[in-house]
Amino acid sequence: MFEGVPIHWFLVLATTMFFIGIYGFLVRKNLITMLMSIELILNSVCINFVAFNKILFPEHLEGMFFTLFIIAVAAAEASVAIAIIINIYRRLVNIDVEKMNEMKF
Amino acid sequence: MTNNQFMFLLFSAVIVIFSLLTVTSRRILRAATFLLFVLFSTSGLYFLLRFNFLAAIQLTLYAGGIVVLIIFSILLTSQINDKLSIPPLTKRIYAAIAAVAGAILCILTILQTEFVQKTFDPARVHIRTIGEGMLSTGKYGYALPFEVISVLLLAAMIGSIILAKKRKD
Repeated sequence: MFEGVPIHWFLVLATTMFFIGIYGFLVRKNLITMLMSIELILNSVCINFVAFNKILFPEHLEGMFFTLFIIAVAAAEASVAIAIIINIYRRLVNIDVEKMNEMKF
Repeated sequence: MTNNQFMFLLFSAVIVIFSLLTVTSRRILRAATFLLFVLFSTSGLYFLLRFNFLAAIQLTLYAGGIVVLIIFSILLTSQINDKLSIPPLTKRIYAAIAAVAGAILCILTILQTEFVQKTFDPARVHIRTIGEGMLSTGKYGYALPFEVISVLLLAAMIGSIILAKKRKD
């Protein structure tokens, strides 16, 4: 128990954020907004890790280290994704997923 | 209501409202700004849990790095005045059904589970502990993932430079 805040509150918050991200990923067509939904999903998972670490297992710092690794992987993923998006924009002048139906140009 | 409860509810309200705005806003630059607010309040939650180093990393790397990268790519790929097209109603309904059903399932499972909760330890994580954990190879040491992440970042850097540079056809 974190001074009146039980862990369930954290988990419900992270679940809500995760499924908002899922909704955005399913609904959006623009590649950059889909990337933003993925960032929301990753962020909600980070909140889960940190809450589990601090409230259930405070002896070690496993959740904190994995959150650090998630943030590093998210940075790498965002940079590669944006390079791909810019490359696609240069060829198609458009970044809607529905306009991209060829693997090879 | 204690101070911490109030701060938690404030941060979670900001997170939920601005996440919804991020996925529904029709102006893409505003969506990126709302994402920035979500990341700020997540870092506030980390400060609340006394993970100061993690909160600082969240602010500098996520809010300072990734969002700026996203905003740059928005400016490179779309016009500021463009509005995103509204997705068709059936698509929105199906996506909302999927998301709400999954959320209800998970939240019910969470609320029925009993967790063994420890008393809260208000001590901050010492930076020395983090450094030793990152570089030790024993139990609770993370030397291998640390090295793998460094190789991954190098590979991502080279890959994105090669992907984004102009080709001489």
